[in-house]
Amino acid sequence: MSHANPGAYRSTAARILRDEIETRESIGSATRTFDAHRLQAYGQIDADRWRDWARDVKSHTLTHLDRYLEQAEERLTSNGALVHWAETAADALRILDKVVEGHAVRTAVKAKSMLTEELGVNGHLEKLDVHVRETDLGEYIIQLLGEPPSHIVGPAIHKSLDDCRRLFHAHLSTPLDAEPDVLAAAAREALRQEFLAADLGISGGNFLAADTGTVALIENEGNIRLSTSLPKVHVAFVGIEKVVPGLEDLSGFLQLTARAATGQPIGNFVSLIQGPRRSDEVDGPEEVHVVLVDNGRTALLEDETAWEALRCVRCGACLNICPVYRQTGGHAYGWTYSGPIGSIIAPGMLGLEEAQPLPFASSLCGACVDVCPVRIPISDLLLHWRQRAVEERLTPTGEVFGMKLYASLAERPRAFQAAGSLLRRTPWSAAGHALPVLSGWTQERNAPKPSPRSFRQLWKDGIE
Amino acid sequence: MRVALFTTCLADSFFAEACADSVRLLRHLGVEVDFPESQSCCGQPAYNAGHEEEARRMARHTMEVFADAEYVVLPSGSCTGMIRCFYPRLGDAERAQQLGSRTLELTEFLVRVLKIDSLGRGLEGRKIAYHHGCHALRELGIDAEPGQLLRGAGAEVVDWEADKECCGFGGLFASKLPEVSAAMADRKLDTLPDVDYVTSVDGGCLLQLSGRAGKRGSSTPFRHLASVLWEGTGENAVNGVHQ
Repeated sequence: MSHANPGAYRSTAARILRDEIETRESIGSATRTFDAHRLQAYGQIDADRWRDWARDVKSHTLTHLDRYLEQAEERLTSNGALVHWAETAADALRILDKVVEGHAVRTAVKAKSMLTEELGVNGHLEKLDVHVRETDLGEYIIQLLGEPPSHIVGPAIHKSLDDCRRLFHAHLSTPLDAEPDVLAAAAREALRQEFLAADLGISGGNFLAADTGTVALIENEGNIRLSTSLPKVHVAFVGIEKVVPGLEDLSGFLQLTARAATGQPIGNFVSLIQGPRRSDEVDGPEEVHVVLVDNGRTALLEDETAWEALRCVRCGACLNICPVYRQTGGHAYGWTYSGPIGSIIAPGMLGLEEAQPLPFASSLCGACVDVCPVRIPISDLLLHWRQRAVEERLTPTGEVFGMKLYASLAERPRAFQAAGSLLRRTPWSAAGHALPVLSGWTQERNAPKPSPRSFRQLWKDGIE
Repeated sequence: MRVALFTTCLADSFFAEACADSVRLLRHLGVEVDFPESQSCCGQPAYNAGHEEEARRMARHTMEVFADAEYVVLPSGSCTGMIRCFYPRLGDAERAQQLGSRTLELTEFLVRVLKIDSLGRGLEGRKIAYHHGCHALRELGIDAEPGQLLRGAGAEVVDWEADKECCGFGGLFASKLPEVSAAMADRKLDTLPDVDYVTSVDGGCLLQLSGRAGKRGSSTPFRHLASVLWEGTGENAVNGVHQ
């Protein structure tokens, strides 16, 4: 499992806000562009109806998950694919070990996949002395930099063009003032050699159609097509929540996901993989493994409220519109999935305590709820996890005590008025040290000036 | 017509003049205003921070206080949203829905119930930026109404790239994660056009934006919409400036 450290959210975010001005500009500009495209693409369809449909199909599938997964397994198997079940990240990596061992794999190419980030596939392969190469341009950039992705769809959006120029100059000897197309061509040439040499291709899976055993992959660069068809062996890691009932559902999901993610009507390339190369086919892998990964998903599914988060299609639309995410990008969140979606799946997948303070890393503005293509009630789920955190005593004792006191005062009008009048007369600078709620405020803002007299007093005197 | 004014805990202490301007405005429009004195807090700060039980207690209290009101009017979008959208989750759902259906944010009440399209011409020559509070916008669907009222009173409401983005207040969020919260306010302030003042229906947002602007050394005034609309009638002096 890749290292998760959401606990450092506040300090990491504060450091990025203070020190990484260029990162913040890159993130802000990329997310606003993504969201503007999403808005336009939604405008071209009856987005509300599509979203209702997508929500209903996903909810239906999740409530009959065992049935659809078994059907998918059966169809994939009859297509000639080898299906594996991985309950944990360690299980998934053990399955990979066997493939590596069985085929004496020395080199692997990888298609962009958040699940393989979640599982820590790259680090694991390196330990096995397998040379692994990310082939999505954004993933390639951050692999060269040794960084994790900062966004579900655009893993390198935190990097500027100049960052890439310097990086490619060092690794691929391109000029320091190279235009983006020159950089892309250099990467393409370098990657082409890796594709041709690779023993193994590794991918994720955007959807898995149960009725035909079809793994669907969306992309723009063609690298997924190459990663899954050139090497002799292909391993697809697919989260169990990715299953949909039928091939015909893909037509809606492929379009809606692309519209939500990047504003495209559909990805430039869509690969539908049902199994290994058949005898009458000229290309494709000889062996296809589909690893169905749980790794905390069943735990999330069992939560009576938060299970709805499993509808997620990983489009990143909630990140793009999130005013919190836009300030720092994904690295502050301390694990694979950042932004609003990350904060609502973290408590279920990592554990409630491990996920703190992510459910609180939101102002509950609700902008994400308006754009989610599968209508996950993100604000409600953040509230749900906050309530659970309070129940499990994971919030500061002072806050718990303060809220109980506040509620008691609110039920007693006279006491409430007396407390209000005391608060108005207490300078925040003096009270701030004793009350984190006030010092947190004054750290970044001027203390608010209370009205000289409360409205209650004005009312008693009569409003002219 | 008779309304009960729920000033909310925050506005009672920090926007007292705006609450008084709400009363003046409503009376000016021929509405009788009550102020049930046992009112306190709607419970939103507790609810949004996960303290459901405390929120339930405050919701119960508030529902009792306003049980007999024909309409409850608030100079706050987020507290209105708390009552209308979340009280039904905190106990007697039927009673809560009933209260929610007659609880309205001030501009909502002016436009949807009183059907006001023009208050007067008291804002002639004023250049104003309107900040959409997230809960007013997304929970209550208050979008065009404030602009209509402001323009109707003669104001120029400027285009503001970030007018619908969150200011970063978010109740306890502002204190729990102050650095991110302040950066969100900075985004609003960095894109703010040159205006006579910034206004909004929510005191929390105004405290956040004015507090941050003040820390940055800006002198842009922030005023509660209730005071600006009262000024719009042309009946009054300027009140309730927060700098």
